[in-house]
Amino acid sequence: MTKYIIRRFLYMIITLFFVSIAGFFIINLPPGSYVDVYRAQLEAQGTTTAERQLEAIVKQYALDQPIYVQYIKWISGFVRGDFGRSFLYNRDVSELVWERLGLTAAISISTLLFTWIVAIPIGIYSATHQYSAGDHAFTFVGLIGLSIPNFMLALFFMVIAAMVFDQSVGGLFSPEYVDAPWGWAKLVDLLKHLWIPVIVVGTAGTAGLIRIMRGNLLDILNMQYITTARAKGLAEGKVIFRHAVRNALHPLIMLLGMSLPEIISGATIVAIVLSLPTTGPLYFRALRDQDMFLAGTFLMFLAAMLVVGNFLADILLVWLDPRIRYD
Amino acid sequence: MTSNPAHEKAASGPAIQNDRQIKAIAPPEAKSISLWRLMWRRFLRNRLAVANSVVLILLYVVCFTGDFIAPYNFNAVDEDFVFVFPQLPRFVDQAGQFHLRPFVYGLETRLDPDTFRWVHEPNFDRVFPVYFFVHGDPYKLFGFIPMDVHLFGVEGPGKIFLLGTDSLGRDMVARIFAGGRISLTIGLVGVSLTIIFGSSLGTASGYYGGTVDLMMQRVIEFLMSFPAIPLWAALAAAMPPNWSSIQRFFAISIILSLVQWTGLARQVRAKVLAYRGMDYTTAARAVGASDGRIIFRHMLPNALSHIIVVATLAIPGMILAETALSFLGLGIQPPLTSWGVLLQEAQFISVILQHPWLMIPGIFVIIAVLSFNFVGDGLRDAADPFAL
Repeated sequence: MTKYIIRRFLYMIITLFFVSIAGFFIINLPPGSYVDVYRAQLEAQGTTTAERQLEAIVKQYALDQPIYVQYIKWISGFVRGDFGRSFLYNRDVSELVWERLGLTAAISISTLLFTWIVAIPIGIYSATHQYSAGDHAFTFVGLIGLSIPNFMLALFFMVIAAMVFDQSVGGLFSPEYVDAPWGWAKLVDLLKHLWIPVIVVGTAGTAGLIRIMRGNLLDILNMQYITTARAKGLAEGKVIFRHAVRNALHPLIMLLGMSLPEIISGATIVAIVLSLPTTGPLYFRALRDQDMFLAGTFLMFLAAMLVVGNFLADILLVWLDPRIRYD
Repeated sequence: MTSNPAHEKAASGPAIQNDRQIKAIAPPEAKSISLWRLMWRRFLRNRLAVANSVVLILLYVVCFTGDFIAPYNFNAVDEDFVFVFPQLPRFVDQAGQFHLRPFVYGLETRLDPDTFRWVHEPNFDRVFPVYFFVHGDPYKLFGFIPMDVHLFGVEGPGKIFLLGTDSLGRDMVARIFAGGRISLTIGLVGVSLTIIFGSSLGTASGYYGGTVDLMMQRVIEFLMSFPAIPLWAALAAAMPPNWSSIQRFFAISIILSLVQWTGLARQVRAKVLAYRGMDYTTAARAVGASDGRIIFRHMLPNALSHIIVVATLAIPGMILAETALSFLGLGIQPPLTSWGVLLQEAQFISVILQHPWLMIPGIFVIIAVLSFNFVGDGLRDAADPFAL
């Protein structure tokens, strides 16, 4: 077991190394340099110290050096928590990301909880009542949920919120609370706005999860040990929850690992439509304006989360499910 | 789907040893049915899947003949008719009289002095009957047949906008069809690339094993360690701005399949690994078949049904991804248009509340994606004809 963990950990480190190279490469793909962009910006503002400032930046991030030196500079800073500087916002990347991470995580975790709490019972119901009217209804609703582009669902809910509830649309707070200090009233206001992103982002995930849960459970219900359990006279509830559901949940751990990046990315597209103060829109703007350090940091963060998530899921799976061999 | 002799042999091989035995078992009039036939029959029994295949075929036909079906060109700008509400052809006029030939009223455009917006009101004195096969904007059908006949239309200066117009007064019917051409093709092109990469690399990985397999699995793991949407967005943003829209179109297809092929490759690899241990593979090798022959005559045909299922189920994801990228302005660029580009206009809640018909392209996206999902489900159930 320890050997497996160590080997898996080494794999993770190697993958992260390659991921970082690829991330750096992708970020450098756009033609033209961000220093040019920044210079144009500074000149437009008529800043006289522009040249000196630029020189300092070029020096700090080794932008005049060959690409591998730039990479080493970038990645070593990354490890230390210095993610570089956003030219777009003229602030440190780490500051920008930290600022938005809290709310992003709040939305993502609520969404994740929503998805699992809704999907798993429905999945169990669908599998135990296969081909019943309820199963067909859930399957159909689930398919529709999978087929609607998330941003359309977001727009749809915004229209409802605007027309029926007469709520300030988009964002996470009513205007009067945006800059207010944290307090009870602000929290209530947040919860009032949170339901739209949670439902919108959760719908597709829920639909997918229902299908997976249903499929897993159906496979397991056909296994011989379920027949055995029934044959020895166990109550049906015990057969389902003790023997079947527990094993059907195992594959979902992989999914949980894969949803780790979403905790920090939020749902980028929905967040843009709903103008949520999360990291997604930040990343998107950085990409569009070729704010390299910001975009690169973010992509790297997300990939790292995914790799770590997979690592954790693998370990968890081996630990939970004794049937898996890890040699 | 074409019938494949090698496949049939492989599928029915072990059960039937020789011709004489067949004659002895089977009643004289019975014919053996190929596996593809069985799958086809099973698919036809799934009414939902069949109905949705029809919907899909219709969508493709309508979109690709859209220049002919729509009364105007999708890029024809008309400043006088900005944000026109969808007009339905009428049969009964203001006086309550019935007309056999449908008609629309002429539109009067004036500036609302309070809101400073153009409003269009029907002028009940000006009646424009709808005719079929009218001459209008010239276009090239399928990109090469020059024509100017449209399926329906009204005589000038009348206008008919069944689904309204956008912010530049362009006909939404024409734009939805033109957008569908791109959105629906990008799924197909992307999926073809996915099939090519996924099945060839997956087969190589499973068949040869060893170092090839190890390398391939690491590459796949590596590609899978990027979350899909942010990676797509990053690659799309990295496209040089001076690329033509056609280049962008293909670049986006490649970007989408770059992530998609990994899943297929893994599944094909698993299949090929299983086939490698089968008797017929050993038999083929024993009679001296080359690797290429074993792969292409015996293994791939067996895995084909599986590949088709996975591919069909991958198309909706691609359509959704293209729509999302274009919606964000990272995908298809004008003058080309796609459903995502069209939905870009409906990005703001204020616009939707005033011009709800701008959301109609989204309904087409949903229909297309839903249909592909149903057809994919049907194919999956049919792919295993021996299951209950």
